[in-house]
Amino acid sequence: MPENYVPILMFGVIAFLFPVVTLWFASLLRPDSRDVGFRRKPYECGVPPEGDARGRFGVRFYIIAILFVIFDVETIFLFPWAVQYKALGLFGLVEMLVFLGILIVGYIWLYKKGALEWV
Amino acid sequence: MTTLLEILDQPLVLALIRVLIVFTALSLIVAYLVYAERKILAHIQVRLGPMRVGPHGLLQPIADGLKLLLKEDIIPEGADRAVFWLAPAITVLASFTAFSLIPFADNFYVTDVNVGLLFVIAISSLGVLGIILGGWASNSHYPLLGALRSTAQLVSYEVALSFALISAILLAGTLSMNGIVKAQLQQGVWFAFMQPVAFFILFVAAIAETNRNPFDLPEAESELVAGFHTEYSGFRFSLFFLAEYAAMVLVSSIAVTLFLGGWLRPFPNVEWLGFLRFAPVVVFGAAGTWCFLRFFRFPTGREWFWQRLMLFALGAGAAAAALGLLYPPVLVASQGAFWFLAKVFLFLYAFIWFRGTFPRYRFDQLMRLGWHFMIPLAIVNVIFCGVGLVLSWELGWNRSLSLLLASGATLLVAAWLARERS
Repeated sequence: MPENYVPILMFGVIAFLFPVVTLWFASLLRPDSRDVGFRRKPYECGVPPEGDARGRFGVRFYIIAILFVIFDVETIFLFPWAVQYKALGLFGLVEMLVFLGILIVGYIWLYKKGALEWV
Repeated sequence: MTTLLEILDQPLVLALIRVLIVFTALSLIVAYLVYAERKILAHIQVRLGPMRVGPHGLLQPIADGLKLLLKEDIIPEGADRAVFWLAPAITVLASFTAFSLIPFADNFYVTDVNVGLLFVIAISSLGVLGIILGGWASNSHYPLLGALRSTAQLVSYEVALSFALISAILLAGTLSMNGIVKAQLQQGVWFAFMQPVAFFILFVAAIAETNRNPFDLPEAESELVAGFHTEYSGFRFSLFFLAEYAAMVLVSSIAVTLFLGGWLRPFPNVEWLGFLRFAPVVVFGAAGTWCFLRFFRFPTGREWFWQRLMLFALGAGAAAAALGLLYPPVLVASQGAFWFLAKVFLFLYAFIWFRGTFPRYRFDQLMRLGWHFMIPLAIVNVIFCGVGLVLSWELGWNRSLSLLLASGATLLVAAWLARERS
């Protein structure tokens, strides 16, 4: 079975080499970038850029990221369960209901807390 | 000669050849997808679209690629050069590598592993990494905001997408991509008919995952210039562009494999519909006829000589392909790939069509749709699907009927969720 994974690695290597090789090839063809005027300034619709971009941003994005981790890990646990569902039968259904029940309770709590509201 | 054959017969060399074929075909499809998008959008808006480079602008993607190769390379000051360089490479890697597990035909796939679908999801999710790194590395306000928005959107819909996939796995009982297609052949029905709600969720999530209209917030021109790739120009930009369109093809392929029967022809078990196997001949014949008709109606001036010649060559090629497909072994061999690609192109057409017709969501509406509607609906759908399957196994109910009831129950929940939302 492990030899089945080798082609994926091959594909990955080729997919990674594609940008590397084309960028190198383009560097042979394209004109040199001259650093004149505002050419290398970050684009802010034509006005001179203000301050550093890596400042503070909305805390909402962190909340979404954390929620994503919780829910996505949950789905990963469901993958093996779904594959073996036929063998598990009713037992599998009950187990899954308990598992997803906890998730749904958490979801309702988040909903009531307003963590899912964007504004 | 024997040595060459021996070399070609080794599994790794065979795999390498398949990798190269898939990679090249994919690059071509992606390049011409951009052309198709421009043409279809143009026709939706009663314009002509690209018409100058080649007949009906057919060489436009190649011209664009060459132009982008020749563009100067601008890296904004204050950018993190290594990360700036790495970001498009990661995106390309993520959206191309997943194709190594997609079955294009019964016997044509790069590889098939028993955790196939999980692997596809794992690799394609890496694309988010490229987006957020690209936005952060640019050291500019618009890319950073675009990257954050994009990431929030992608991770939100990823959850709904995964749950929709789980209901397809419940039906198939395997994660192997080819195994899922074969399960649909065995059960004699595409999973889209057994799990319509999951198919709908997957479709909407796929549009959101690829940053397409009506969910193209990360690239909302009127708000964020170009989103995370504002600072990218020349070939680096085109790498992001390629990756984005490859991701479109990828989600279409996943949806087709899981819900629309992959390489199976419509109604694979119905004998009297066997004439459908001549569809490739009809398609190529029609394309050839169209090319010849256009050839005779093309302006005849000297400056049109090369365009006419190319149109004639295309028509001749399509006609030759149609004739070649009449040869039975070729026809049999072409079936899988033809149906797979036909379904994928149908999906891609829908993507472009949506872009031409739907207005864009607002960001809070988008997140609300994702977290208040799609995710609970997807979870409920998995539960009801599980209940329906257990009913058919334990109580001996008709499988289709119990799954239909499960979908009906899910739709009731959907109505309740939608009512509460407004």
